[in-house]
Amino acid sequence: MSNRSTAVLMNGIIKENPTFVLLLGMCPTLGTTSSAVNGLGMGLATLFVLVSSNMVISAVKNLIPDKVRIPGFIVIIATFVTLLELLMKAYVPSLYESLGLFIPLIVVNCIVLARAESFASKNNVFSSMLDGLGMGLGFTIALTLLGALRELLGSGKVFGLNIFPEQYGVLAFVLAPGAFIVLGYLIALFNRYIKKA
Amino acid sequence: MQKLDSTFKNMVLSLGGVTLIAAAALGTVYSLTLDPIAQADVARQEAAIKAVVPSFDNAPVAEQYRIVTPEGDSLICFPGKVGGKLSGVAIQSYTKKGFNGVIDVMVGLSPDGSIVDYSVLKHAETPGLGSKMQEWFRMDKNRQSILGFNPGEHKLWVSKDGGDVDAITAATISSRAFLDAVDRAYRSYMASLDVNIDARTGATASTDSIAASKEYEVDAKSAATIEYQPSEKEEATHE
Repeated sequence: MSNRSTAVLMNGIIKENPTFVLLLGMCPTLGTTSSAVNGLGMGLATLFVLVSSNMVISAVKNLIPDKVRIPGFIVIIATFVTLLELLMKAYVPSLYESLGLFIPLIVVNCIVLARAESFASKNNVFSSMLDGLGMGLGFTIALTLLGALRELLGSGKVFGLNIFPEQYGVLAFVLAPGAFIVLGYLIALFNRYIKKA
Repeated sequence: MQKLDSTFKNMVLSLGGVTLIAAAALGTVYSLTLDPIAQADVARQEAAIKAVVPSFDNAPVAEQYRIVTPEGDSLICFPGKVGGKLSGVAIQSYTKKGFNGVIDVMVGLSPDGSIVDYSVLKHAETPGLGSKMQEWFRMDKNRQSILGFNPGEHKLWVSKDGGDVDAITAATISSRAFLDAVDRAYRSYMASLDVNIDARTGATASTDSIAASKEYEVDAKSAATIEYQPSEKEEATHE
């Protein structure tokens, strides 16, 4: 893999991590990360949409006139989200139920449209795929980490495995306030130690 | 390739093309996933029924029928049968009294109306407090358990209100709501027994349920409920 490809891939994971650096897509970030599994599921769902919409948009970028590019992109993104929704309903109904409304809301997730507009519409299919993969992985890692920490602090479990007895958990971390607190600390630590390096 | 200019013709053609392809892709996947989605729904319902009805060898989902609640609403009732004889019913009940929205509960009743088991299908109660209802009301401690409880003989409400059931610690509202859902299932079921006097022997109830489920398949929900309910209501007023 060439240097440029690596740079494109790592850009989304570290330098422009959508959650910790760009602070995009906060709604699903805060809403679905009550457990590590939900965070991972939401992250992978967004990754799928990012990669496929980035590739298609990059492939058809010259066929869509500038003035109608946003509606065109939105239709493409919405198509992939709806495909994903149908597939999840059919094959992983339990995950679909726990994520619920947040799956259709991927359509309006700012990361997806931002990458379409600022990257895929200017680059070739391969780099766009790498960019989608990098951004999607960055988002997935962030959400899984956030979900795992909230689950651990709130109920003493990670991925459903008991780490310490549930009664010592601090309930607030499973609820909305905990999402803000954990996210805030993660952003601070990420920018202090990882992004600097 | 040069980027297309933003002329009216180009814009109409490209957006039209994008939407056409999108529609075709969605249509294809929709028809491909139609069956798996229906199967997943049935499997989910059957798992919930299995959790609350002791044993059955029929297809409760296919034989479902509706029973009328005292408030005039209706609940879906899944009859479980062994060798054609009613072994228990699973009733999908609900309450609007939850701490945070509607709670859906699948309640398993034996043919005489005592509670066999239950399963909370959907809720948005506070995690760690109200969300304990899935385990709390089956723990054999103090007066927590409602399994084997016959609401006709005991008071199915929380002890704080003078009933026979201990509420979840720090979640009395959720407990009241949960028991309300169970109670709704019980009362609706008993009311449906009073209407079909032969139901205890299984005769009328089974023919009714087959008729109802057939209507259900053909004409979808509305026809089945509209045609099925009024006759029950009329008979109920004669009681």
